[in-house]
Amino acid sequence: MLKPITILVSVDSNSALLGARHYKNYLSQLVKKYNLDSITDVLETGSFGNYGEGVLISILPENIHYSVKSEKDIELIVQEYLLKGRRVPSLVVEKIEKEETEEKKKNVEERVVLRNAGEIDPKNINEYIAKDGYQALAKVLNEERIEVINKVKESGLRGRGGAGFPTGMKWEFTYKVDNPEKYVICNADEGEPGTFKDRLIMEGDPHSVIEGMAIAAYAVGANKGYIYIRGEYFESISNLRKAIEQAYEYGLLGDNILDSGFNFDLSVRLGAGAYVCGEETALIESIEGKSGRPRLKPPYPPVSGLYGKPTVVNNVETYASVPPIIINGPDWFKVLGTSNSAGTKVFSLCGNLINKGIVEVKMGTTVSDLVYNFGGGIRDGKAIKMIQTGGAAGTFIKPEEMNTPLDFDSMKNYGISLGSGVILAINEDHCAVDVALNLMEFFEHESCGKCTPCREGTKVIVDILHKFSKGQGSEELFNSLYDIAETMEASAFCGLGQAVPIPLRSILDRFKDEFMAHVGVDEAPCGVCKFPKKKKKVH
Amino acid sequence: MLSLTECPGCKEKYKELEEFISGVKNEPGILINVLHKAQELFGYLSEETQQFVADKLEVPLSRVYGVVTFYNFFSTKPKGKNQIKVCLGTACYVKGADKVMQRLLDDLKVGMEEPTEDGLFSVHAVRCLGACSMAPVVLVGERDFYGRVTPDEASKIIEKYRRNENGKN
Ligand SMILES: Cc1cc2nc3c(=O)[nH]c(=O)nc-3n(C[C@H](O)[C@H](O)[C@H](O)COP(=O)(O)O)c2cc1C
Ligand code: FES
Repeated sequence: MLKPITILVSVDSNSALLGARHYKNYLSQLVKKYNLDSITDVLETGSFGNYGEGVLISILPENIHYSVKSEKDIELIVQEYLLKGRRVPSLVVEKIEKEETEEKKKNVEERVVLRNAGEIDPKNINEYIAKDGYQALAKVLNEERIEVINKVKESGLRGRGGAGFPTGMKWEFTYKVDNPEKYVICNADEGEPGTFKDRLIMEGDPHSVIEGMAIAAYAVGANKGYIYIRGEYFESISNLRKAIEQAYEYGLLGDNILDSGFNFDLSVRLGAGAYVCGEETALIESIEGKSGRPRLKPPYPPVSGLYGKPTVVNNVETYASVPPIIINGPDWFKVLGTSNSAGTKVFSLCGNLINKGIVEVKMGTTVSDLVYNFGGGIRDGKAIKMIQTGGAAGTFIKPEEMNTPLDFDSMKNYGISLGSGVILAINEDHCAVDVALNLMEFFEHESCGKCTPCREGTKVIVDILHKFSKGQGSEELFNSLYDIAETMEASAFCGLGQAVPIPLRSILDRFKDEFMAHVGVDEAPCGVCKFPKKKKKVH
Repeated sequence: MLSLTECPGCKEKYKELEEFISGVKNEPGILINVLHKAQELFGYLSEETQQFVADKLEVPLSRVYGVVTFYNFFSTKPKGKNQIKVCLGTACYVKGADKVMQRLLDDLKVGMEEPTEDGLFSVHAVRCLGACSMAPVVLVGERDFYGRVTPDEASKIIEKYRRNENGKN
């Protein structure tokens, strides 16, 4: 029986750091203490998206969001709302209402992938099913496999892991290869610094990923799937494992799913912390239990993937987009986005923004909307200096470029990367040389060492940037960074080394002045870099 | 020869590991999951532990060693009892993770990756932990996350673990 009042506490890996789990337990305690437990349910749910200063809770049926920062706030909610039936205005979070004024419309999310996150208990399959969960799977099991693939093709869905390859085409390639043994893999390695959307999708709605994978498996003719997930993502791992277990119990995984004769087994594999393992062939090596070094392509995974068999590798968000496409039809999805980029995109907002968190918006939303309307602008009244879009392998842009709409073509048209959907704002306190150095050290460390251009190239780049940060740079060194970028782009073995030039060039192009301001002076102009003390001249 | 009884409690741990392995042994490509389990039990992967895994899975030691040294997550050396990991991913970096790191090293009087004299702590730089909205992020051990950490809070975190350790004695 549903109780008259439901309190949802947003408990996920990010909000847990603000004490979400503790507040939930405390709330349950108080509800019991005041004998309210016969009319009140206290439930955990996934991310509401936004992280302000406190933990967000939502009270149904009124659907007001409160932000809780202490046990006192919890007590206040119980005293005022539950016992006396009064709202607690001091804790209410201004909810973005779907009013039709232009100003407000801009702020409204379009939730496809995150449709259930923050609404259902991710640990309970019944709640997913109540929201039409597994309907899409049931529907496709009555269709021809090629019909399913055609729907995904028509929808215009493209991979959300960064490269944007058309998903339906990838499935079709795999479908066409004649082999009794095929695999589907979910890439949940999420290693791009600044990206945390996949984590919150899996924590908030694990079944949507599982359902998407089962549909893919049916369509291409695979009977075995793996979710390859970062070992550090404990909550996601446990929610996924629980979800898989429940799906087996309900006959939605395993043999003869829904009496269709289709068999599909799914298990979780843990990554062990190597950025390159997000690259699909390295990931496949890793699932095979080896060091995750990329393979030479072609052949691509749809032809020869896991154990040499045809394999589909897709991102978490890509899979989670599939069930709504099947239910609502390809056209519905297509009109959400721009001409070449259908649907929505989940963005991770972080850095010096006021509101950090994840938002899902239509493809083609501008950087400026994401920074100001959703991100709330820059903290502490500081000026914005640059924004990194797309992740570590993405681009640095200047504030005056913020009106660019982000979709799969924005890289080609404006040199601004959509990538994995990161908006990382950096304020005026930071130095371009120092930011570049931090990022390039990341690539140096994560280079797998297989090919020389990447292994040595990243090392030389870091050495040169170190020189700039110590006041030992020069115009010649600055220009040589471009040469190294060119060499790496042309000759690195895999996507990691080939991608390094993208962020590097973008920051060099836009902040040359700042690099050169570090040359020929005794003291760093930025207040961040520390030049070694010059020996005092003897007069 | 393996010296399985040398450390206190190791015998039980090897037994647990062996049971885990026999449950999953026939799954292809299971080595990494087994190493996860082994590191969870022992805190790091000594040559002895690697040999044990190699024997039980019937794969060459060189293969195990190759995998262990490839992935950041695995460690072949003992670390401090409480490993303090500071994320230096871009989102954390621009929120001052370097200052948090410096404070930890200063307070503990150690270099990076180097256990303190009493063996209680070591400090490590790690890549993005996927909690960027809570930047800067510090992780102690495998599961204790701290978000929006300032240098002063970093000092308090150390104190907290120290108190816990002293409480135990
Ligand atoms: C160095 C490197 C790291 C990558 N990391 C990820 C990742 O963490 N997650 C992901 O989904 N794709 C990642 N990719 C992209 C994958 O190779 C692959 O294109 C993707 O998983 C395909 O799924 P999609 O078509 O659904 O995007 C990475 C690629 C490279 C070159
Ligand atoms: S950059 Fe530190 S958690 Fe993402």
